[in-house]
Amino acid sequence: MASSSSSSSEGEGRRAWVPLASRPEFAGVTPLPQDDGPSPVVAIAYRDDFRETMDYFRSLYSSRELSPRSLLLTSLAISVNPANYTVWHFRRQVLEALGADLTEELEFTEGVAKRNAKNYQLWHHRRWVAEKLGPDAASRELEFTRKIFCLDAKNYHAWSHRQWVLQALGGWEDELDYCAQLLKEDVFNHSAWNQRYFVITKSPSLGGLNAMRDSEVDYAIEAIHANPENESPWRYLRGLYNDENEAWLNDSRVHSACLHVLKAKRNFKFALSTLLDLLGLGFKPNQEIKDAITSLRTSDSGEAGSDSDLANSVCSILGREDPMRANYWTWRSSKLPQAAEV
Amino acid sequence: MPIGIAASFRFAGPRKEKKKKKLGGARMEPPPPPPPPPLGTTVTQRDQWTVEQEVGRIYSFFAQLPPAAQSFALEVQRDNHIEYLTRGLRGLAPSFGSLDASRPWICYWIIHSLALLGEPIDAELEESIIDFLSRCQDPSGGYGGGPGQLPHLATTYAAVNSLITLGGSRSLSSINRDKVHNFLRQMKQPSGGFRMHDGGEIDVRACYTAISVASTLNILDDELAEKVGDFILSCQTYEGGIAGEPGSEAHGGYTFCGLATMILINEVDRLDLSRLIDWVVFRQGVECGFQGRVNKLVDGCYSFWQGGACALLQKLHPFGLSEGGEDESTDSIDSSLYAASNVSEQEEQENNLESASPQVDGTCQFKQGGPQSASCSENTGNASYNFHERCAEGGSLFNSSALQQYILLCSQLPEGGFRDKPGKFRDFYHTCYCLSGLTVCQYSRSKHADSPPLPWDVVGPYSNLLEPIHPLHNVVLSKYQEANEFFAG
Repeated sequence: MASSSSSSSEGEGRRAWVPLASRPEFAGVTPLPQDDGPSPVVAIAYRDDFRETMDYFRSLYSSRELSPRSLLLTSLAISVNPANYTVWHFRRQVLEALGADLTEELEFTEGVAKRNAKNYQLWHHRRWVAEKLGPDAASRELEFTRKIFCLDAKNYHAWSHRQWVLQALGGWEDELDYCAQLLKEDVFNHSAWNQRYFVITKSPSLGGLNAMRDSEVDYAIEAIHANPENESPWRYLRGLYNDENEAWLNDSRVHSACLHVLKAKRNFKFALSTLLDLLGLGFKPNQEIKDAITSLRTSDSGEAGSDSDLANSVCSILGREDPMRANYWTWRSSKLPQAAEV
Repeated sequence: MPIGIAASFRFAGPRKEKKKKKLGGARMEPPPPPPPPPLGTTVTQRDQWTVEQEVGRIYSFFAQLPPAAQSFALEVQRDNHIEYLTRGLRGLAPSFGSLDASRPWICYWIIHSLALLGEPIDAELEESIIDFLSRCQDPSGGYGGGPGQLPHLATTYAAVNSLITLGGSRSLSSINRDKVHNFLRQMKQPSGGFRMHDGGEIDVRACYTAISVASTLNILDDELAEKVGDFILSCQTYEGGIAGEPGSEAHGGYTFCGLATMILINEVDRLDLSRLIDWVVFRQGVECGFQGRVNKLVDGCYSFWQGGACALLQKLHPFGLSEGGEDESTDSIDSSLYAASNVSEQEEQENNLESASPQVDGTCQFKQGGPQSASCSENTGNASYNFHERCAEGGSLFNSSALQQYILLCSQLPEGGFRDKPGKFRDFYHTCYCLSGLTVCQYSRSKHADSPPLPWDVVGPYSNLLEPIHPLHNVVLSKYQEANEFFAG
């Protein structure tokens, strides 16, 4: 079909390129050269096949010919430059005019995705096709994005697409399990954590954030204990409480988890940061937590010993342990209610 | 903390009792082969490990260089960058076919980079650029990726910014403002967002490119701004940053776009700014550069998207330290420049004090004098014009000298151009955004958008200083001001 006749990306052996001028399908088409003007800038030294393909495209595009050969030409044009959104746009017009089989179109995009998984136009086109196909397309879309994630588990476009599919076409049933599976493979995969958050908040079959919060807190804390240096579960945990400050302050599992990490005396910057956030909201730490913080102080940090300086202590320790953000911790310190005297 | 980071591999580390090592002369040993990643690690950990090894090698190597070589390594290679950029402006290799629908972008990346470097473009080339961009302009409004292509918001943004950067009445008057306005209105969606092109995708990028263009061309009206804030707000995630679409992950590019747009339409207070700040400051990692998302890899381009977001946030939240307070963090940040395995930073600085850039002074206590300026203009009226006038008080939200270190030592290629990270190839996009990030760093502690930075705010020789930008539009400030006057009528 289309792809066989174009020489594709650089570095691959060139397949035999049959000039469009020689092809009977395009008889009668007058190629339209690009109007770059008399003194072009950022002028690309197009390969012959590229130039010819685009000259033919321009011709059919400008005459608005919505025919099978136009469809073929958009396939050729997409293979020489998959980022040409004008071509994709025209292709959609052609597909509609021809009443084309959109299931075949899914196959076409899969071919493009093999080499261009991070291309905006591809994903937008796929979304357009899937929307037209409706809920029946859901499982295929989920399968397609799953395959993409096997190669790149964090492909941003693919995740956006998957979320769109779930919301527009359905298929939520296995999504939480899928997230769990991805996190089992790589607990640092933040895209999977984000998807998990999406599922627990949006899935019609799970009851929403309030219903899911309790078990998810346990899930996040388990991940924290396994890898306290992993930012994802910490952000996730915070997100579970969002604006429910009272509930967050009162969930003993949260500050217990922080304490546990502090006592290990390594990889504790997120634990301290979380405690700082809690203190800022009025959290009253128990003696154990105060002691754990105290034991992280060094003699030259100059912190005083009283309760009201605990948050300032935390900021000082963070300034020392997380110097990349030293200015930020100093600023946080200055924003504390009843900031300690200098 | 990523696995296996040796305690010595802490650039921004405190100056503790490190083993003092004599600095040799020009003796340069080949770096030891990197240890393999530990067993039982995940893909994320392995990828991160690999980058840290690469970056660590560069910093270690740098630390062992004699002072003169270190100074050279920190220099912006102006001439080579200019040559790389100018050649690209004239012609590009066949492989650029993949950017055939983004040629105004290529123009902007190059022209903006040249402007940051303070390099004028000759009159003939300027004429050609104006002519070419005119051919990208669609008769019904907006600019496409090339002559005859469908108009697109991103390429419209790139074309307009390019023409503003060129400056002069020929360039500015070549923009058909009424038609651009029509195009923007056509792209406007009921949800408040914008489509990138006819039938195209809707996301936060589209909001930014539309609103930024509307603002610079002085055609921003209530119709265009309506409900944009609602859309962007729905894209702020539980993490604190901003995603491309509701539900997606917080991402540096979209965070800059979303934040800048909210400022431009005067709705920035609707965002949860403290969550946003917390997310963005944690995007700067041990490599000293910024990552785009949590647990992803550092990339030079985020120097602008994330660094630029920090610069905007600084202007919104009074960020100064209390009057008279010493900024010890700045002290350790500056000395971090030479922190590498087993080398005493104190000793480094003592040896380098003469030949290195002035800010490298281990005893320097940079006093934040609480720059409360009575003349700080309030954000009234034209949000964009007044915004850059705001004072950024006190210290910078992010670690400016560390970021400059990453840009200059890891992203910069001595032969010209900048790259994502070691191991990647240079390109114009990264050249543009690394330089844009660099100027953000240099001016990050300046009281006003264009007050000349103090010597210790510029890593490397003071001649590294770039032109200041308008932080919302990423256009050289003087050019923005010229355009602002031109379109004010």
